[in-house]
Amino acid sequence: MTFWQRNQLRIAPFYFLAPGLMLFLIYVIYPIIDSIWVSFHEWNGMSKDLLKADGTPKNWKWVGFGNYIDLFQDEDFYVAFFNNVRWLILSLLVIPLGLALALFLNQDFKGMRYIKSLFYFPFVINLVVVGLIFAWFYNPKYGLLGQAFSGLGLKPIPILSDELYATYGIIFASFWPSIAYTMIIYITGLTGINREMIEAGRIDGASGFKMLWHIILPQLKPATLIAVVVTIVGALRSFDLIAIMTAGGPWGSTKVLAYKMYEEALFNFRMGYGAAVATILFLLMDIYIAYFLYNLFKNERGAK
Amino acid sequence: MRILKYLIILSTIFASSISSAGTLVVNSNQSGESSEAAFNAYVAAFEAAHPDIDVQVNLTEHEAYKTAIRNFLVAEAPDVAIWFAGNRMKFFVDQGLFMDVSDVWADADLNNIMSSSKASLSVEGKQYGVPWGYYQWGVYYRKDIFDNLGLNVPKDWAEFKWVCAMLKKNGITPITIGTKYLWTAAGWFDYLNLRINGYAFHMGLTAGKISYEDSRLDAVFDAWRELIEPGYFLEDHATYSWQEAQAPQINGEAAMYLIGNFYVPTLESAGVVDKMDFFQFPPIKPGVGMYEDAPTDTMHIPSGAKNVVDAKKFLAFMSDPSAATNWAKMGGMLSPNSLADAPTDRFQQMGFAMLNAADGLAQFYDRDANPDMAKAGMEGFQEFMVKPDREAKVRARMEKERRRIYGE
Repeated sequence: MTFWQRNQLRIAPFYFLAPGLMLFLIYVIYPIIDSIWVSFHEWNGMSKDLLKADGTPKNWKWVGFGNYIDLFQDEDFYVAFFNNVRWLILSLLVIPLGLALALFLNQDFKGMRYIKSLFYFPFVINLVVVGLIFAWFYNPKYGLLGQAFSGLGLKPIPILSDELYATYGIIFASFWPSIAYTMIIYITGLTGINREMIEAGRIDGASGFKMLWHIILPQLKPATLIAVVVTIVGALRSFDLIAIMTAGGPWGSTKVLAYKMYEEALFNFRMGYGAAVATILFLLMDIYIAYFLYNLFKNERGAK
Repeated sequence: MRILKYLIILSTIFASSISSAGTLVVNSNQSGESSEAAFNAYVAAFEAAHPDIDVQVNLTEHEAYKTAIRNFLVAEAPDVAIWFAGNRMKFFVDQGLFMDVSDVWADADLNNIMSSSKASLSVEGKQYGVPWGYYQWGVYYRKDIFDNLGLNVPKDWAEFKWVCAMLKKNGITPITIGTKYLWTAAGWFDYLNLRINGYAFHMGLTAGKISYEDSRLDAVFDAWRELIEPGYFLEDHATYSWQEAQAPQINGEAAMYLIGNFYVPTLESAGVVDKMDFFQFPPIKPGVGMYEDAPTDTMHIPSGAKNVVDAKKFLAFMSDPSAATNWAKMGGMLSPNSLADAPTDRFQQMGFAMLNAADGLAQFYDRDANPDMAKAGMEGFQEFMVKPDREAKVRARMEKERRRIYGE
């Protein structure tokens, strides 16, 4: 037996993995390491090779933890950070709301498919469009909300230009597509529910909320897991709605970390500083993902 | 299907191969119907004068161009790039990305016919680009509303405030503005500072040499406050973009708008241009000259350009009075070429006269200052316009940013 024949089984997984691994290394691992490396430098995004008269690089300078020190003294950073926290907490509301909609739509009668597809609709449209629609809705002069307030004889609240309400206004807009998404996840989950268990529950006298809590929800656990993951990741990378609806304003009060990173790196020519924000955001996500993976493995072990 | 695919591949190969010889690649930000047509007219005139050169224009949307330019200047430099004068140009000059074109200025006699713009295109005595258009800022106002209320164009600050008060009393928003994208607020800061502290101080401030907590700026914020506290600015202006803020004026609910001449095409398409007029921002402090914001748009040759010889011809062609006239006129701009025909549009005529008589021209806050300083400054201006009681805090934040960027 040759070496190849003897070890084929052991080697095979690696060469099947190789293409995926290569892509993962190039498009995920390398950019992460590079971003962290950049975050220790002052760099304006221009050529790193350009030299000053004294022979030192003109655009690229090692500053150690300088960017992080600046960041922790930057008021904007805390504004962005706490906005991210708001996004994280409030976004979780999407899950029960999506579940409620899914339960409501999980009925069998003629034409239900078409009604369901209407509820999918917000998920299908682009976030930029969602942002525009809600920005118009909130417009205190010509928008629907402003009209409603005026109709009641009240002074319209300029949601998007008030530092107290603007972030909540954007989060509320984000509910529209994300509720549709969690609803889809739950509807798929509901089709996989074991009917016998429901009937057994009914025989034992369970109904209404009791039925939901003890029979349905436990079976929807995988769907809930996915819904939580998607919602939290979505909340952490929320960016498009902010860019469209307020451009981070008024005076930067709706910025989140992702927006701050984009603004520093691409508009203010501070790649290193932007990379430092990205690194912090990455660490935050890591904490969450580690917790999530830990739970996942624990559950899988439990299932076996 | 497969044949189609090969055809597409073949045609792209073919297309890329013909663009190598005798072609001049120009990256343009002249998006929007009239700007695009105006630039195309210049290109057509150039090609007619130089039949051996084929100009290939890559058009990018105006805002997206601002971030794209940093990539293409380094990665795939065109032969000519359109850009802006002042600090925005200087950034790329410092990077060694724009070529010295002083010889074009000398050979095409631009030193004489474009002398008024020369300073804004120069770094340490050398020219790094050629201007193609500039425009005025000032107050665009509803003449019909002024006439109805018997108001005259204000000649000084006291009259300006009085006009505002009268408008407000009659249920009309005196000044419309949309500060969602911040820069409109900077227009107010520029004018108040230029009228109160003058050109040298303003340029020193935007160059980062003067503190934002300097006591000379107190008067600027005080004057601004005189308009903010009585509610002369459009309510909830932080909600609106500059385009959305046009609506109240077009509907006749607001009277004045401090903005650039690029506003006029909207007035025309909205059909209210006949009710509109223009006046120069009034003087505030006696003895201070009349300095104006006049942002200048320019053309440059990137250092990585392949076809430098033809690129220089393209820039030098701005010395042709009729080509220069056409481009500026169709794009709603004033031509920096002094041989160009005087403008025929009345707003351009007023701007032309005003800028010719000006004691000095600034570019604009976000073109004169560094990008990160401009961002922090303009956020501060917006916050001050909504919460004037936070002046000290706002100025302290701007000053912190200035110190970080420029050192002590």
